[in-house]
Amino acid sequence: MFGVLFERGFDGRTYLEWLLSGLGWTLALAVFGWCFAFAIGITVGVGRTVRNRFVRAVARLYVEVFRNIPVLVQMFVWYFVLPELLPPDIGNRIKQLPPPWGAFFPALICLSTYTGARVAEQVRTGIEALPAGQREAAAALGLNGVKIYRLVLVPQALRLIIPSLTSEVMGIYKNTSVALTIGLLELTAQARQISEETFQTFAAFGAATLIYLGLALAAYRLMSWLDEAFRIPGMTHDRIRRIRLRRPARESTP
Amino acid sequence: MNGLDFGIVYESLPYLMQGLRFSLLLTVCAFATGMALGIGLALVQHLEIPVAAQLARGYVALIRSVPLILVLFWFFFLVPLVVGALVNGGRPVPIGGVWTAFITFSMFEAAYYSEIIRVGLRSLGRGQYEAAKALSLSTYKTYRYVILPQVVRIASPIILSQTIILFQDTSLVYVLSLTDLVGAASKIAQLNGRLVEMYLTVAAIYLAICCAASQLVAWLRRSHQAAINR
Amino acid sequence: MNPVPSGLPGEASHEKVIELDAVCKNYGRFRALDGIDLDVRRGERIIICGPSGSGKSTLIRCINRIETHDEGRIIVNGQILTEQLKDIATVRRDVGMVFQSFNLFPHLTILENCMLAPVQARGITKAEAREIAMHFLSKVHIPDQVHKYPGQLSGGQQQRVAIARALCMKPQIMLFDEPTSALDPEMVKEVLDTMVQLAAEGMTMLCVTHEMGFAREVADRVVFMDKGTVVECAAPSTFFTAPQSERAQDFLNQIIH
Repeated sequence: MFGVLFERGFDGRTYLEWLLSGLGWTLALAVFGWCFAFAIGITVGVGRTVRNRFVRAVARLYVEVFRNIPVLVQMFVWYFVLPELLPPDIGNRIKQLPPPWGAFFPALICLSTYTGARVAEQVRTGIEALPAGQREAAAALGLNGVKIYRLVLVPQALRLIIPSLTSEVMGIYKNTSVALTIGLLELTAQARQISEETFQTFAAFGAATLIYLGLALAAYRLMSWLDEAFRIPGMTHDRIRRIRLRRPARESTP
Repeated sequence: MNGLDFGIVYESLPYLMQGLRFSLLLTVCAFATGMALGIGLALVQHLEIPVAAQLARGYVALIRSVPLILVLFWFFFLVPLVVGALVNGGRPVPIGGVWTAFITFSMFEAAYYSEIIRVGLRSLGRGQYEAAKALSLSTYKTYRYVILPQVVRIASPIILSQTIILFQDTSLVYVLSLTDLVGAASKIAQLNGRLVEMYLTVAAIYLAICCAASQLVAWLRRSHQAAINR
Repeated sequence: MNPVPSGLPGEASHEKVIELDAVCKNYGRFRALDGIDLDVRRGERIIICGPSGSGKSTLIRCINRIETHDEGRIIVNGQILTEQLKDIATVRRDVGMVFQSFNLFPHLTILENCMLAPVQARGITKAEAREIAMHFLSKVHIPDQVHKYPGQLSGGQQQRVAIARALCMKPQIMLFDEPTSALDPEMVKEVLDTMVQLAAEGMTMLCVTHEMGFAREVADRVVFMDKGTVVECAAPSTFFTAPQSERAQDFLNQIIH
């Protein structure tokens, strides 16, 4: 069934190579996007829980804007709209970026900021689920605000939300496919292109589906491994579940 | 860039609203069908019905692992074949993007809703089942009148946030060249070259609708929390 | 009402380390503290008791500004606690606090719990912090469990670690907020013994507790609170044998029987 993958396309490369190059772009988007999203998520998520009203409002605004506009529309805004709004010389330089970079960077920014907003909500949920005594004890010991978050609250909150972060990780690699709408030849786009070239739709989509399944499995394994690796000795599953249940996390993106 | 001109947007507003109507219709239909299928998938797993439970589990895992766009492509390709095999003696029946969208979104969301319902089913205490059994209710009636109403109530904030995501995801029918809100905007943008104004407007419309809806979810969640704490 | 301290026994010096002056605190319409006056001298051991909801915990939580008071004046170690105070952390470094629910950091080992604040808030070296931590941990008899996590210890052990953790900052004042209330009865004694030992070393202590035996043994003064006010403030010998107010008599009857 997958024999077609070893035939050569118009550029002389085998279709398997097409798929693998698509996978490469998918992975690059997902991995780098996740790193940025994680950093944004922690910063904004913490921002939503601090006492300073202004910081809280800005963090909230960020989350509402980036979470409530479809990824596709955000992708278009970064790709089509942003270069037009910038000063002409900068805008033109962006538009002249050689492919695939011209599509890759907007896609990367889009997925980072969108996923960042979702991660921020998880981080906030995690911090709010911690007993108030943790913050009080840290403050009573004379730690300053930054250190209370960095050393006491965030490390605990992140451990609590590993399960919901798993679905955000799965979310970002699935959302990479939206980048095909602005012309990035990632995995799904390559599968479609192979299908159009060869009319072997089953093989093309089937292979892509198998690769996505593999990625999902890998992400799931990685996250359960993390959950296990960072489990605090003496913290029973039961106790963790009780803290996690105190605030139900929001269901994740498809 | 020669200045923003939202007057163009105003002229095309009726067309955009038509697109929005399609997005909303797709959301509502996919929600209704997806919930019905999702409850079925969840119950089959919860009741451990042999073979069906494994199939349901596999289906949910598969759908949840694959990007929606790829699923759309799959269905666009597969549904004509399946329909053809069923009613047209094996010859594919072209069914078009609109039907593909309705079928795909229903089937796709079913997997996500079923996970929400399944978790809800697990969270309900055994006492409810035992009480229903003690009242000699049949399995069907137990779930229909005792279990599911509670589960849907508990899970309603999550179901609603999932539906907001579904509404956002309907924008992906763009890849089937349908005229939803985004599709309408991009078609006008191609005609008049005003893509900055068009896409910003679309973003604002989505933002307004989804913000309002998520406020509703937050309110629901708070009132639930209050009900639990009482 | 008699907020003015009566004759002070023995070791306490005349230097005031905590001064509370007409302190009030509201939670919405509820008045948790209603004009508290209290001076604490260096080395003094003060037990605060009273019915639940009387404002005892709020009072000591205001002293290290875990709660903020609304009216009146609080001076700790010569620093007035106000919004303007730039770095409340400097005050808190000198005021140790032990909570009812221990509040150890579950993601850090016992040793890390004790080293965290000295390294991060005092800025001393890790080696030095470890030495101090080991010193206080052996003092509370936990030296051989330092690499365990809080969740692996019993409640009594956790509370002793919490005391050691606070002591590692070398505080001048220790606040105890019902340190034994969350413990199983058989673990209360081990924690109280640790506190008695601390009192014997001359630590300035404010302790909210219902352990009247402990109060009798260590207190210089017993402060009895009700409805956000200090109803009585007397040496334990006076307070336990001849309480002045009816409310204190009722309270003591309930506690003892």
